[in-house]
Order: sequence, then structure tokens, then C-alpha cells
Amino acid sequence: MSVGQVMITLTESAANHVQNHLAKRGKGVGLRLGVRTSGCSGLAYKLEYADAVNPDDMTFDSHGVKVVVDPKSLPYLDGTELDFTKEGLNEGFKFRNPNVKDECGCGESFNV
Amino acid sequence: MALLQISEPGESPAPHQRRLAIGIDLGTTNSLVATVRNSIAVVLNDADGHPLLPSIVRYLADGSVQVGFSAEAQQARDAKNTIVSAKRFMGRGLKDVPYPENSPYDFVDAPGMVQIRTVAGVKSPVEVSADILRTLRVRAEASLGISPGAAAGGSDAAELYGAVITVPAYFDDAQRQATKDAAKLAGLNVMRLLNEPTAAAIAYGLDNAAEGIYAVFDLGGGTFDVSILKLSRGVFEVMATGGDSALGGDDFDHRLFCWVLERAKLAPLSDEDTRLMLSRARQVKEDLTNHVEARFNARLSTKEVVDVVVNQQDFWDMSQTLVAKTLAPTRRALRDAGLAAADVKGVVMVGGATRMPHVQRAVGELFGQVPLNNLDPDKVVALGAAMQANALAGNRSSEEDWLLLDVVPLSLGIETMGGLVEKVIPRNSTLPVSRAQEFTTFKDGQTAMAIHVVQGERELVSDCRSLARFELRGIPPMAAGAARIRVTYQVDADGLMSVAAREATTGVEASVAVKPSYGLSDGEITRMLRDSFEHARDDVHLRALREQQVEGSRMVESVRAALAQDGDLLSVEERAAIDAAISVLEKSMAGSDHRVVKAAIERANHATDAFAARRMDRSVKSALAGRNIATI
Repeated sequence: MSVGQVMITLTESAANHVQNHLAKRGKGVGLRLGVRTSGCSGLAYKLEYADAVNPDDMTFDSHGVKVVVDPKSLPYLDGTELDFTKEGLNEGFKFRNPNVKDECGCGESFNV
Repeated sequence: MALLQISEPGESPAPHQRRLAIGIDLGTTNSLVATVRNSIAVVLNDADGHPLLPSIVRYLADGSVQVGFSAEAQQARDAKNTIVSAKRFMGRGLKDVPYPENSPYDFVDAPGMVQIRTVAGVKSPVEVSADILRTLRVRAEASLGISPGAAAGGSDAAELYGAVITVPAYFDDAQRQATKDAAKLAGLNVMRLLNEPTAAAIAYGLDNAAEGIYAVFDLGGGTFDVSILKLSRGVFEVMATGGDSALGGDDFDHRLFCWVLERAKLAPLSDEDTRLMLSRARQVKEDLTNHVEARFNARLSTKEVVDVVVNQQDFWDMSQTLVAKTLAPTRRALRDAGLAAADVKGVVMVGGATRMPHVQRAVGELFGQVPLNNLDPDKVVALGAAMQANALAGNRSSEEDWLLLDVVPLSLGIETMGGLVEKVIPRNSTLPVSRAQEFTTFKDGQTAMAIHVVQGERELVSDCRSLARFELRGIPPMAAGAARIRVTYQVDADGLMSVAAREATTGVEASVAVKPSYGLSDGEITRMLRDSFEHARDDVHLRALREQQVEGSRMVESVRAALAQDGDLLSVEERAAIDAAISVLEKSMAGSDHRVVKAAIERANHATDAFAARRMDRSVKSALAGRNIATI
């Protein structure tokens, strides 16, 4: 799989928030996205600060934020766009993932 | 669909495993709620973007309740039913309320805690606080994506795990308990009550990770707290606390209000006009932080118009005494910690009132350095509480574990014979703390012991505050001094106290959770501390006297018992000599010189020496009678 074919992006709003948080946190090289087996529908997202990039990690640059993804998660996330939204007083990040077949009602875990 | 937050590396929670925790700064003037989101502590704003919720609750005739800005807007018009600064009344009796006649409220003197009669019925300060906390809980739930009422079982299983609520360091048991009760009433699970200055230290200490001694100077709307903290390797220790819970930004407003009243030569004002003028005074005070002069402009219900220009220097001069009142407890706290101002590495400013330039300057001069205020002084306590809540909910990695130590503001003691206080837990001991001490019986055959728990620094019970009394019964009859009664004092991390007594030979036990009907006011704490310094010499003397008096009466008691039992061992002359020594002793005990009592005890001891020896012989003989040498 070559980098040219795989795309993982952040919306501008998501990128702004991530940069903001990284600045307040005072350390970190970027944002790590991933999946792991867990949850009511099989897989769950990982959304973490990245303090280091491992040798086999894939990295993407999106609106100035370095997005880090481990190779095992990559196929599940190809084409994903990470957005930042507000729902009333609540705010947070949302994965828009074209690979998802069905999702647990809570959106915290999914199936491909 | 739930919105996700960014986690620390390797700490992504499993789905539905997020433990949502909040920190609440329940302030006298304003309250805030904060949480840790994306591993950064943030204050949660209301729908209009306001971080602060005015701690004001208005009760309406139809039973509805307004909290915050909507209540504040009606404050001047409906002063009687609009409760401000309810925190001042938490856990307090009517007699603890300063100048109730100057307040617009219709106070009801209820046992334990003062209550306020409103158009919607009688409200306790706990209910008023619960209404504020409930508003913050609803705000937090909306902000964290928790659907109201849909806890476990709903499609969105996230629920509020718990809250940390801050209280002034000087809050006593009754005030802390009242705060916990209010939280329970508001449907919150209180994981911990946290002292406000300690919360501020968490916010600063963790963000800056700087080791050393710090002072936290917290001048809020209605309370003043100062704490001396030691930060080392991520561990906070509160070395000393001091303060004045009847001093805050409100008093600056009031000072300005009085000054304007005098300037404008106004007749006594109605409740509504007083409210209006006070809220104008607050605005002018805030304006004077960044402007050299501000205009005090108000239109009263009497159609009178007040229009006075106040300049910064006037305001500083009129409020200088208030600033001075913050410096005395600050020096005292330093003394208690055994430190000089120069030992303090940084001064943390907390509370909106610390924005006033003359307060900043006075604190800076006292410590010889510019105070730290790189965090918003209104938010810093809530942010620290949120960080603590996050840690208590188990959302932090173990390597970042830190411990938090608070202190006992006044010594906790027990009454001993002669009305003396034996200190069991000395003041400024770090919490949680548990100390045990052994006591014994005073009289032969004594089967019960009254345990009187007191708080204060003085040597005599009558000069300290009584917290609780209980009795340990069922002590087996034994000679005086033979029973061993272990009394354990325990103060938990929230500052709530329990006392237990246990007799060692039989295991009989009694205990009490100390819930005083209402506790010490700050004025009392300050007075008691001051008294303990001023009366130190008297107290030493009084203690010595009482000790000799107790010793003397023990002597009289035992000699009388011995005479009744073995009086036949004495000749008439010997008996007369002992009687004389005892009567001299009794007379000396009525006097006030402990040395005279001590001398009389020694003489009586001397006079009974021979008698004691003869009694010993007799008891040895009777013990040996009828036994042969092999069985001894």
C-alpha cells in the first residue's frame, strides 16, 4: 500500500482544536489515530496525543497537524475524516469513516 | 453519537468506560464547574458563553427557582426572595450571622442552621446551595454529552461519575457537612471536598511543576484564605492555613457603597436601592482595576440620582484597612509554618478580588516578589478541582499519581480532670489523621467515663469550643488508675471527625461521629488563636495549678479511703497529724498558687509515709496468711 492511495484527513476546525490542545499540553508531536478490538460492535477508535512516531507508523499532514497511524489500523481508517463538532454545550471529535458498516448507537465502537 | 476527546498516549478508554468527573468551585459570589477534557482542565461555560454562575438564587411564588444571572437581574427588585452569598450561612446559627438586621432577609432561627423565609417557603442555606449545584450539574451534563436522566441502560451510557467540590480551608465540620448535604440534594456524588487554596495549588503546581514553598492568597467574593504549601516531587503538603471567612470582595463593594452614601448625602435606603447601589459599587470597583477613575451612577426608586466620580487613589485609601486585614492572617500562617516571607518561592493569587492593583501591590510587598497570576484567578480553583476529580475517577496514569495533604485548622483535644485540655491532634496536623491516647479512671470502682471532645488552643476546656460529648460505660470496677481507656481521634480527608473510646481489658467501646449543631465561625477561630497567644503565660500557670489541684484531690481521696479501711493502725496522735496535713492540703487547693499546693501535697505525702508502710505490711501479711512457702 503506498501513501499516495491512503488518505486520512482532519477538517480545518478539528486541526485548529488539536493544535490548540497540543499547545496547552506543552508537548507532543501530533495526533495518533487508530483502532483496536473492543466495544460492543467489535472495534473502537483510538484518539490520542502522539509523543513519538514509531518506525513503521504512517504519518499524514493535515492543516499543519501531523497525524500518526499504526500500520495495522490503517486499512480500517482509509478515507477517514476527523471532524470537530458542537452539539449544544457538548463538543468533541467525530470520525467520518467510509469503511464502517454498522455502528453502535453511541458511536464509540463500530464494525467494518 | 458520542463525541470523542483526545487521550494521553496509551490511555484511550474502552467504549462506555469514560468516567466523567467534574470539579466545582462553590463560591460565595460566583460558582464554576470544570472538567478535564482532551487531558486539559477547562471551565465549562453556559449556553451564553459565561464561565461564572452568580451564586444567587431567587425563589418565586409559583415555586419556580431562578439561579445565576436571571436571579441577579431581579436582585434589586426582589431582595427578600433573592438569596445571595448563601455560603456565608452554611452550617451557621443565627448568632453567627453578622448584622442580620442589615440584611434584607427574613431569618428564621432554626436549630443547627439559620434559615430564610421566602415567598416559596422557608429555605435552608443547604437548599439554596443545592439549587446552585444542580444548575452546574445540568450544565456539566449538557457539556459532557450526558442525556439527563439517561444513566445506565440508555443508549448513551455515559453518566456523571462524581464531583470534587471546593470549600474554604477554614470550613469546620458543620460547614463541610452542609456542603456535602447540598451536593447530595443536587444529585451529585461527592468524591472529595477539597480546600480551595489546595485546589489552586493543584492547578498551578501541576501546570508549572515547580518545587518549593508557595503561598496561596485567595481573596474571593466573601471569604479570605491564605495557605502555605510545600510542593516537592509532585506532592503537595499544606503547612499552615489562615484566613477570615467574613472578608472578601463584597466588603470592598460595601466600603465603596458607604463612601458614596456619605458623599451623596443620601437618606437611609430601601432594600432594593441598597441592592442596586451595591451592584453599582461592584461595577465601579471592577472598573477601577484598569482605569484611574470610574463613574458611580444610579437612579434610585426615590427618583434621586446618584452621580459620583471615584478615582483609584480614593478607592485605595478607603479600602486600605481591608487590605491590611488580609496581611495579618498571612503573617500568622507563615509563623505557623515556621517560615519567613523570604522562604516563599511564589505567591499564587486566587479570587477575582486579587485583581485589584492595591491588593497585588500589598501582597507583593509582604513577600518581596511579584505575585503569580498567570491563570485566571476566578477559574484556578475550579480547574484544580477538575484535575483532582479526574484523578479520583481513575482517569490518570499511575506514574502521575500524587497525594494531597490538608491540615486541621485548630487542635482537637479531650477534657481531662480539672477542666484541662489534653491535645490529641495538634493544629496543622496533615489530613487524614488518626491519633490515639490512653486515659485511665480517677476514682476506685469508676465504671463510666465521660468523653468531651473540644477544639482550640487554650489549656482550659472553658476557653475552647465544645464539639461533642459521649460516655463510655461498662468499665469493670477497678482501682483508680488501673483501667486503660484508649481514645482514638480520627479526621478523614474531607475534614470530618470521629472519636472512639475503648477499654482495653473488656473491649467495651463507644464512639461518636462529630457533627456539631453548628461549628466555629472564623471570627471565633481567629479570636481563639489570638487568645491562645495572649494568654499563653496565664494558661501555663493555670494548667500547673489545675494539675496540682487534681493531684491534691487524688491524694485526699486515697488517704480518706485508706483511713476508712486501716485507720486502726494509727495512734491518736498519728491520726491527728495526718488529718491536719490533709486539711492544710485541702485549704491550699482552694488558693491560686500551684507551688503552695505542691508543697502541701509533699507534706501530706511525708505525713502518711509511715502509715503507708504499715498498710503495706498488713496487706502482705494477709496475702501470705495460710499459704506455705512453696505456693508463693
